[in-house]
Amino acid sequence: MRRFFAHSLTRRLLGALATLFGVSVLVFIMLRAIPGDQISAGLGTEAAALTPSQRAALEAYYGIDQPLLVQYFSWLGNLMTGNLGYSSRSQASVLELTASSLPVTMQLAIFSIILALLVGIPLGMLAASRPNSARDLLSQSVSLVGLSIPAFLLATTLLTVLAASLGFNPNGRGYATFWEDPSLNLQQMLLPSLVLGFGIAAPIIRTTRTAVLDIASNDFVRTARAKGIATRRLQFRHILRNALVPIATMTGLQFGYLLGGAVVVEQIFSLPGIGRQVLIGIQQKEYALVQSTVLIIALAFVIVNLLTDLVYRIIDPRVRAE
Amino acid sequence: MSRPAGFAGVTILLALAVVAGISVSQLSGLDPLAQDAPSRLLPPSTEHLMGTDQFGRDVFARVSAGLANSALISMCAVAFAAIVGTVCGLLAGYTRGWVDLVIGGGTNVLFAFPPLLLALTLASVLDRNWFTVAIAIGVVYVPIFVRVTRGPVLSLREVEFVRAARSTGMSASGIMFRHVMPNITSIIIVQVALSLSWAVLTEASLSFLGIGAPPPAPSLGSMIFEARTLVTIAPWTLFAPGAVIVLFVVGLNLLGDGLRDTLDPRMKGQR
Repeated sequence: MRRFFAHSLTRRLLGALATLFGVSVLVFIMLRAIPGDQISAGLGTEAAALTPSQRAALEAYYGIDQPLLVQYFSWLGNLMTGNLGYSSRSQASVLELTASSLPVTMQLAIFSIILALLVGIPLGMLAASRPNSARDLLSQSVSLVGLSIPAFLLATTLLTVLAASLGFNPNGRGYATFWEDPSLNLQQMLLPSLVLGFGIAAPIIRTTRTAVLDIASNDFVRTARAKGIATRRLQFRHILRNALVPIATMTGLQFGYLLGGAVVVEQIFSLPGIGRQVLIGIQQKEYALVQSTVLIIALAFVIVNLLTDLVYRIIDPRVRAE
Repeated sequence: MSRPAGFAGVTILLALAVVAGISVSQLSGLDPLAQDAPSRLLPPSTEHLMGTDQFGRDVFARVSAGLANSALISMCAVAFAAIVGTVCGLLAGYTRGWVDLVIGGGTNVLFAFPPLLLALTLASVLDRNWFTVAIAIGVVYVPIFVRVTRGPVLSLREVEFVRAARSTGMSASGIMFRHVMPNITSIIIVQVALSLSWAVLTEASLSFLGIGAPPPAPSLGSMIFEARTLVTIAPWTLFAPGAVIVLFVVGLNLLGDGLRDTLDPRMKGQR
């Protein structure tokens, strides 16, 4: 069985590598599809003033006079050696920019997931404890609102209302890392992680409810109850522990929502994370920055999916046995 | 809350359709683009149901037109995703072999991007108008339709009536569309309803970020973006479009849940 586990893991890893190759091709093609070319896109109206020889020199500089296949492989070769390109407006390499923005997004992601689990699991269990009751309706309504409120609307409302009525706007001051000013950093992370956490809590409530109801109908639960086990112990030790498998999977799946939502939320709360880096790249037409950052995010997403799969295999022996 | 939920969803959507219909039919005689400097930032009144914005434009007319645009873009996006995704899913599941491998690979690649990020990047590189925004959102949801159709098709191709059709010498495409397709329509209908709510949210997020259909076309997302700085003096500029988006998505989610409980055989007996 151990050999089988290793075998299926290798297959999964190879699959992830193939996917990443496809992702790099897609990102490459996407940014070649820009109307006009990168030079006109980057320079705007000034591009019209270029003489043919200046344009040719720029094309040679950016390497876009080469055949597409050569361009692709030289880009891929650069990526492998850690050269992700250079952002001329920020006067920094994309690698440096990412090194400072990735931790911000990771902190935001971890906080949001913790908040979502703290809200989602209890509400899901509450709903499942008495299906179709008032408390079930309440927690399902919370979940419906969480699924239906766009992150940007919740963020804008929180920010404007709190800033206007209570004068609470820690994000109005410059961003502080946790090591520089822990208290300010936590205050700055509070609202963004609440917004993202609420969005992820919704599917977690639903999954917890379904999983708990599903497991509570099993024979072993009836046996445990017949043996006179305390309800609380039954709920936590027997039911919730088994329900954690689908909850963990659902949480892993929310990572995509989180990275997408990070673009919006980081922009609204002025957090210098990786989502904002993409958006700035798009707004300032710095396509090297967009290209590499999107690729890094996809890489992170593929890795998280792989880890979710791995965790899933570890906590659920049945998946290994299949 | 299955049947009542679906019913509530339909009611909300019908009410919103009336609101959007007012702008499409130009019944109210209000122009969402007409500026009127003297009547800037007026609170809601009988003349301006939802007040006016910073250029004196009627907020109700803009919300109504924005809603119609949002519905149009989302429906086109989901139609694109449903058609392309279902055809690819049918082909992959029915023909298997290398076609399945190629489509499966493409699906995995699209799934490797966070949905909003992919739509954002696609919309930013395409020449921007409402149709390209719809396609950018649609592409993101193609893999979901591929996945939900491929599985059932894989098992359907081994079922007696499909084998019988094959033995009569019917062409592969004939079998796929005449015999397999009708058996997966309920799954596709449920997925269409669920995807519509995501498409509305994605479209609104893109236009909030300034990457949706270009101005002056009214859009709920960009209205909320513009209202950020006005909210303390004119809260209606934020809450009117905000409430309409939330209602729209709640309606679609309720409809999707209701449809899923009624149509999806996998949900039978789960509630």
